[in-house]
Amino acid sequence: MSDYNFAYLDEQTKRMIRRAILKGIAVPGYQVPFASREMPMPYGWGTGGVQVTAACLTPDDRLKVIDQGADDTTNAVSIRKFFQRSAGVAVTEATAEATVIQTRHRIPETPLCEGQILVYQVPIPEPLRFLEPRETETRKMHELEEYGLMHVKLYEDIARHGTIATAYAYPVKVEERYVMDPSPIPKFDNPKLSDNPAIQLFGAGREQRIYALPPYTQVVSLDFEDHPFEASKAPHDCDLCGAGDSYLDEVITDDRGSRMYVCSDTDFCAGRRAAGHVGRLGQPGAAE
Amino acid sequence: MTPEALTGGFTNAATDAAIAFRAALEAMARPGTLHRMAGVIPPAPLSPAAGALLLTLADTTTPVHLAGAVDCPAVRDWITFHTGAPFAPADQADFAVGGWAALQPLTRFRIGQPDYPDRSTTLIVELPALSTTGATLRGPGIRYTAQLSLPEIAAFRANRALFPLGFDCYFTSGDTLAALPRSTLVEEA
Repeated sequence: MSDYNFAYLDEQTKRMIRRAILKGIAVPGYQVPFASREMPMPYGWGTGGVQVTAACLTPDDRLKVIDQGADDTTNAVSIRKFFQRSAGVAVTEATAEATVIQTRHRIPETPLCEGQILVYQVPIPEPLRFLEPRETETRKMHELEEYGLMHVKLYEDIARHGTIATAYAYPVKVEERYVMDPSPIPKFDNPKLSDNPAIQLFGAGREQRIYALPPYTQVVSLDFEDHPFEASKAPHDCDLCGAGDSYLDEVITDDRGSRMYVCSDTDFCAGRRAAGHVGRLGQPGAAE
Repeated sequence: MTPEALTGGFTNAATDAAIAFRAALEAMARPGTLHRMAGVIPPAPLSPAAGALLLTLADTTTPVHLAGAVDCPAVRDWITFHTGAPFAPADQADFAVGGWAALQPLTRFRIGQPDYPDRSTTLIVELPALSTTGATLRGPGIRYTAQLSLPEIAAFRANRALFPLGFDCYFTSGDTLAALPRSTLVEEA
């Protein structure tokens, strides 16, 4: 262990964050202001998620950190190491083995279960911010449930593109009350927000907001009767594991237009390959 | 302040409070479930669960209101030494502790503002016993329905009608903890 307090933050800060998390749980989808701290990483690198994770961790937890679904990218590796050093917790890459999962912009493909906590890193927590820049106004709009502007935005998508072109950070309504930004997850992941057995916590460090979804909360993606919500993904199978139902990353493989599609969730893909599934470009037995 | 006030806190503040918070989080996120909340020995009549909850969540920035039997010098000294929380009348409190009868009338407590529903009181209700029987609960955090031995039903139905305003409740009995957020629909069993 290092010379820092358990999980880096001082106790007074953790109490403040914990109170905000509990208010967020009690009012699902409402953004609770909190006194976000400077963290030893820049804003935009998950300072909100890190503070929420730090306030939740116990010594017995097993932490998983993903960045766009991957366990082995810079952001995920550095945050995982940060908590290994500052909290001494066990870590894992397996979704099913983790008790706390901090994520940037994905929900794992493997279904979550009771007892797990999913912590999202959120850049802009206010779903109405790009439609109305004033905090005083957006706060009033949430107070009055005045969400017409959001439907206008989705309608303008249809008018311009023929379909709702919003592909990520797709707005949702929580328990028929608050419109919430699910963080920039692909809209493919939106259905997993609803009725999820795990506790979902959202932390926005720079914007100083925490919000939450308790387990089994009803979350509906906004849409229109004649343009229903559609959880879209690239129309391919994973080239490594052959999965047809997972969210895919497009990888450019040369300068002549060749490309491959691979699962964005590295743990899910590796698990399938270990179980013997092989995609178009995969090699049998190649999984480590 | 008596020497007893200095004892009975968390043995290892950082990790014990973290474990206690997880119990408090699971309780609030899954209304109607019972959780063990231990690690502190507060002076009577404050229960160990209520004591642990206060040490986990209260500090110098959160006014605490003590109602009824728990409003005694031993409990006041213990809370002051371990948390530094100031004591306040009911209408200014972030946390209010006491028996169900002592906390009445509930209209004294803050329910938040329409633009800041989080600025509300959390009640810590000391009960003689807690069990997963009685009133039926529905809502966020509950898959189908749950049962909890609430002290009454009408008060919580009225509180739910205020949503997103309202108070949130923890129920404590010995070292057992349960919770009822303002979002839960309460019905007769």
